[in-house]
Amino acid sequence: MALPPSQPVAEGRPVQRDHAAPSRKAQRRQHALVGWLFVLPTVLIFSVFTIFPILLSVPLAFFNISLQLEPTFVGLTHFKRLANDANFWNAMKNSLLYLAVVPPLQVLSITLAVLLNRKLPGTGVFRTMYYIPVVTSMVAVAITWKWLYQDRGLLNGFLASVGAIHPLEPVGFLSDPRVALWAVMAVTMWKGLGYYMVIYLAGLQSVPAELGEAAEIDGANTFQKLWFVTIPLLKPYVLLCSLLSTIAALRVFDEVWVMTRGGPIDSTMVANAYLYKTGFEQLDFGYAAAVGLALGVVVLVASVGVFIFNRRGGLNYY
Amino acid sequence: MAAPPSPQYARRFNPRRFAVMLLLYALLVVFAVVAVGPFLWLLSTSLKSGQDILSYPPKLLPNPLSFESYVDVWRAQNMPRFLLNTTLITFWGVLANLALSATAGYALARIRFPGRDIVFFLIVSTLVLPNTLNIVVNFITLVELNLVNTFTGVVLPNAITVFNVFLLRQAFLTIPRELEDAARMDGANEFVLWWRVMLPLVKPALLTVTILEFVAMWNLYQWPLIVLNDTDKFPLSVAIARLTVGELSLDFGNIAAATVISMIPVILIFLVLQRYFIEGLAGSVKG
Repeated sequence: MALPPSQPVAEGRPVQRDHAAPSRKAQRRQHALVGWLFVLPTVLIFSVFTIFPILLSVPLAFFNISLQLEPTFVGLTHFKRLANDANFWNAMKNSLLYLAVVPPLQVLSITLAVLLNRKLPGTGVFRTMYYIPVVTSMVAVAITWKWLYQDRGLLNGFLASVGAIHPLEPVGFLSDPRVALWAVMAVTMWKGLGYYMVIYLAGLQSVPAELGEAAEIDGANTFQKLWFVTIPLLKPYVLLCSLLSTIAALRVFDEVWVMTRGGPIDSTMVANAYLYKTGFEQLDFGYAAAVGLALGVVVLVASVGVFIFNRRGGLNYY
Repeated sequence: MAAPPSPQYARRFNPRRFAVMLLLYALLVVFAVVAVGPFLWLLSTSLKSGQDILSYPPKLLPNPLSFESYVDVWRAQNMPRFLLNTTLITFWGVLANLALSATAGYALARIRFPGRDIVFFLIVSTLVLPNTLNIVVNFITLVELNLVNTFTGVVLPNAITVFNVFLLRQAFLTIPRELEDAARMDGANEFVLWWRVMLPLVKPALLTVTILEFVAMWNLYQWPLIVLNDTDKFPLSVAIARLTVGELSLDFGNIAAATVISMIPVILIFLVLQRYFIEGLAGSVKG
């Protein structure tokens, strides 16, 4: 570590007392140097791989970009194409449907959190089991569910055995265009439940016990206590989980790509999968940038929307 | 809410309370079946022999028990290679995140230097702005840096997350000033102070970063799919997903076995570091 000459301190060597108080200015200079040395690697990597893409996301869409040729300015070409691209609008529609269904339903994980928070004997084991889908890769999860969803898979077998369907007319969970998107959404939700549950559990544990006791003295039963005391206090956590799941729903890729690749007949083609397809299968980076910019705007608007919805009305229990 | 059972309750049998308990446990079990049932079904399939895999209606348990799918997939696919690739990507990813969050978090928490607030603001601002285009831009950057089809290219954009920097900054902030002063009195320079005094005190936060990043890097799919071209460099996630293209029915025993193999390490490390994983997720509330 480079040190200014005014301070003769080396690793492990005791300070010489007569030099122990370096001038204020030298000390400040040393702090500046050390501080920047510590943050520099992070700032560098962060600038290149996180800030640079955000800065570039707007201008990139105005260029034609291929790996061989120099980028050329094409003005609004990509946006005009976007406006008339039925595949893009289909992908957007699917993503918005995803947004409308999955984030509101993550609130269900509050149920899990409340159950676990009762701290019955053995809840630790249950909690661990609920986390397993969270730590498992989406690829493994998608493969597992693709297997469950097969025509002759466990789910259809179960439905046939209870008489819900005819054994020879299985539900085409991933092959019927009317069902496939819902089947994929179910997997996203299933994997997310444990994740949001952890956050809600942290929230529940921050609710002071006295509040519940006070309500009890006022004659509230368990459900009233839950509904009128506990859940309102969870509001900040509902906001956080809503934001996280909103952003995640709009950026879904892995489960779609592994289970259906966007099919059948584009019924599960979501915006991020379409972006991947235009960018990395058709290698049309400029157009992919336009798709990404459109998606980015939707993410921003949805996030602000979630914020406002949580601020007033909506989930306000007070 | 979870009031400890008072002695009166414990003493005599209360049918209402018993019914409530029964209901609660029933719910817990139902959710547990929903959460791990699909994986148990995968495990069961991977342990079945040839014709049993496709029997319909499905047979719940493998009978006879057979490990042929594991042997087959280990031979037919380059499983040791894929395991090694995933391990390397995970190792470097975890190490990079530990090193960068421990240094940047420290400086942001405990060193006053000009520009610190700007750095902090810059890092925070990326949380608010959508980065839907990072895969496109980062791929072009990797092309320019000649890092396509390398593990470095896979790890570098994942080398640090805002959350990890926050987590470590928060941990460093809680260390009392006196400890720092005492170390300085003993003649420790900034580097020694950080390495010998500060780092041991934020060990829980470092373990949280370790488990969170282990899970994230082990499970990475889209980015390695984009960056890597050679089958020999594929991590497990990309390699296994590729097996499923088209009809599953051909070889699902093998696919199930490969998937189970890919899940074991991450579940093991989760079981060991579970506490820190939970603290990490819960910490996102404060972070």
